[in-house]
Amino acid sequence: MNEIWAGMLAAFRLIVTLDADLVEITLRSLQVSLSALVIACVIALPLGTWLAIRRFRFRRATIATLNALMGLPPVVVGLIVYLLLSRSGPFGVLGLLFTPTAMIIAQVIIITPLIASLTHQAMRELWAEYHDLLISLNTTSRQRIATLIWDGRRALLTGALAGFGRAIGEVGAIMIVGGNIDHATRVLTTAIALETGKGDFALALGLGFVLIALALLVNFAIHTLSRTEQEGTW
Amino acid sequence: MIRLLVFVLSLFSTMAAAETMKLAVTTSFHNSGLSDVLLPVILEDTGLEVQLLVVGTGQALRLGEAGDVDAILVHSRAAEEAFVAKGFAPYRREIMYNDFVFIGPQSDAAKIASAGDAADALTRIAETEAPFVSRGDESGTHKKELSLWSAAQLDPAQFGSWYKAVGAGMGASLNTASGLDAYILADRASWLNFANKGTLALLFSGDPALFNQYAYLPIDPARHPHVKAEAQRTLEDWLTSPKAEALINGYRIEGTSLFVFNAEG
Amino acid sequence: MVDASILVALRDTCVKRRGKTILGPVNLDLLDDGFTIVLGPNGAGKTTLLKVLHGVERVSSGTVKWSVPDAVARQTQAYVFQRPVMLRRSVRQNLAYPLKLVGASASDIDNGVTFWAAQIGLTEMLDRPATRLSGGEKQKLALGRALIRTPRVLFLDEPCANLDGRSTREIEGVLQRANAAGTRIIMTTHNLGQARRLASDIVFLLNGRLHEQGRATDVLRAPQTPEAKAFFQGDIVE
Repeated sequence: MNEIWAGMLAAFRLIVTLDADLVEITLRSLQVSLSALVIACVIALPLGTWLAIRRFRFRRATIATLNALMGLPPVVVGLIVYLLLSRSGPFGVLGLLFTPTAMIIAQVIIITPLIASLTHQAMRELWAEYHDLLISLNTTSRQRIATLIWDGRRALLTGALAGFGRAIGEVGAIMIVGGNIDHATRVLTTAIALETGKGDFALALGLGFVLIALALLVNFAIHTLSRTEQEGTW
Repeated sequence: MIRLLVFVLSLFSTMAAAETMKLAVTTSFHNSGLSDVLLPVILEDTGLEVQLLVVGTGQALRLGEAGDVDAILVHSRAAEEAFVAKGFAPYRREIMYNDFVFIGPQSDAAKIASAGDAADALTRIAETEAPFVSRGDESGTHKKELSLWSAAQLDPAQFGSWYKAVGAGMGASLNTASGLDAYILADRASWLNFANKGTLALLFSGDPALFNQYAYLPIDPARHPHVKAEAQRTLEDWLTSPKAEALINGYRIEGTSLFVFNAEG
Repeated sequence: MVDASILVALRDTCVKRRGKTILGPVNLDLLDDGFTIVLGPNGAGKTTLLKVLHGVERVSSGTVKWSVPDAVARQTQAYVFQRPVMLRRSVRQNLAYPLKLVGASASDIDNGVTFWAAQIGLTEMLDRPATRLSGGEKQKLALGRALIRTPRVLFLDEPCANLDGRSTREIEGVLQRANAAGTRIIMTTHNLGQARRLASDIVFLLNGRLHEQGRATDVLRAPQTPEAKAFFQGDIVE
């Protein structure tokens, strides 16, 4: 119990004094995870929607694969991305290893299946509702996907936030591909792992509380933003 | 959504402009806190921003082999010599040493505090079968521990459940030892900086067999043309300079000096 | 061969689902103008016929031949379902949607929305969520949305089922004005009164087959077959 109090105290102190290192790694956490979220959404929302509206031969297999990929251990993703981006790997010439870009790539791979799968589930229902109208209006696939994504955006928001939560709290993959370099690739979760390693539980816990607060803040911010569109609730 | 994108992009523009190089170092070196003293001075003196990748010795060597870092600073002589022999680095340069210490519960059931040397201390632990935490991660510290067992004519493969190979870094292993009231071999710096000591105490140290030599190995630019050869030399020159000697020898935690500079000029 | 005054011709058209024949074989010609009411008991194949004509139901055998190429025909048709599909958007955006799909200009969209909102009496409700409208309002919105691209042909599947008298009258008014303005209407209904009020010609289906066809006045007053006669009298026909 003492450790938890000390952790809350440490978190409080860090936030109140706007500790420079804390601000830096918090912003980097946001930078990496929000970038990964945006990229993953650009891929996963159309993909999940497309899977909901299109009947093709390997559809079931594709969906099953997607669901299986949701459970991919981040550390495995990290290792694979490391091997790909390593100077001795196929994409080594890009020099991306141990940069925030590498961390974004790893997180995109981790959260895209999750968001695509949640999108598919949400869109299946909406498609059943819209199917007749959109077919009758002679819409193209692209128009169907755009309409479903726009009208289903509230359900998709939930999926995106789940993806963000997984990204911002992830440590195994970004530790390997980012390297936890101070002032370059250190983010909240890798800093927590580092402080735990040093036995400084109070600081680690403090950073943990900051992480939780951050996740809550982003959730509230996005929900508030989406609710201020004056379109009522459906 | 567009506002979000702009915000994200604006975060990218905060990248630093100084010349950088990547140096893989061991957890134990980083945990000592010495890097926090040295790196700002290096940046000030040479304009070189050294980015540390804090990993185990095994991973540091792998990063070096793949050319993912420009140089490594580790402490495992046999592995380093093999690394040089395989042509990944042209040479190894000794910089400094610190020492390992035996940590254990204050009650000291195995009575290692009165042991004659490191081998004697380990023999006493094995005889009482007191819990012992091993790094078990192929790190420099782990390899050192194995060589000490072997010097005591004991084989950890034969040990019972009192010998716990946790496969974790120094800090995580110390956390485990603290939780189990177990004996553990640690480098002095990590121990002094460790905050979660619990009932553990430093019980045995001082045997020359416990000395821990750090060496600097630049990755061979002939093998990996992209490594920053000039930055490698700048850092090596600085690490072997009188200024580095003064800072390394003068670094103290709780009044104890940790490292002894021994680079040859 | 398709005659100039014939809009669409079905020849031996069949729809089968899991081995069961739902429609056909049907041979049917529909003329270029008029207001066709499709009548028949439940399960006679009325909805399937409409969907076949609209091109959203796959034909198992036979042909459906329009006087214009199929792609053109599809682009100039609209369909109103028995249970209106409301986009989860405002009334205004629901009306605008078909125009947006074809890339209409903002001013064209504005004009179209204003005009059709007035036609269907929903001007006051333009900024309400469509899903919160009453049943009658939803069906009027669906009708306005179907007519906003001024289709050549409008299909309606029981548009006034479950609606009160006032909504039914309003919808019939909109349909008659659209028909007068040149939109060909093909509609199914259960309501014989409605058929009498609106139809220029009648198609009577029974068990998936075309049973009787002709000018509304003739068919309704003097049906040629005993089944049609029984149906128009209000008997149960199987």
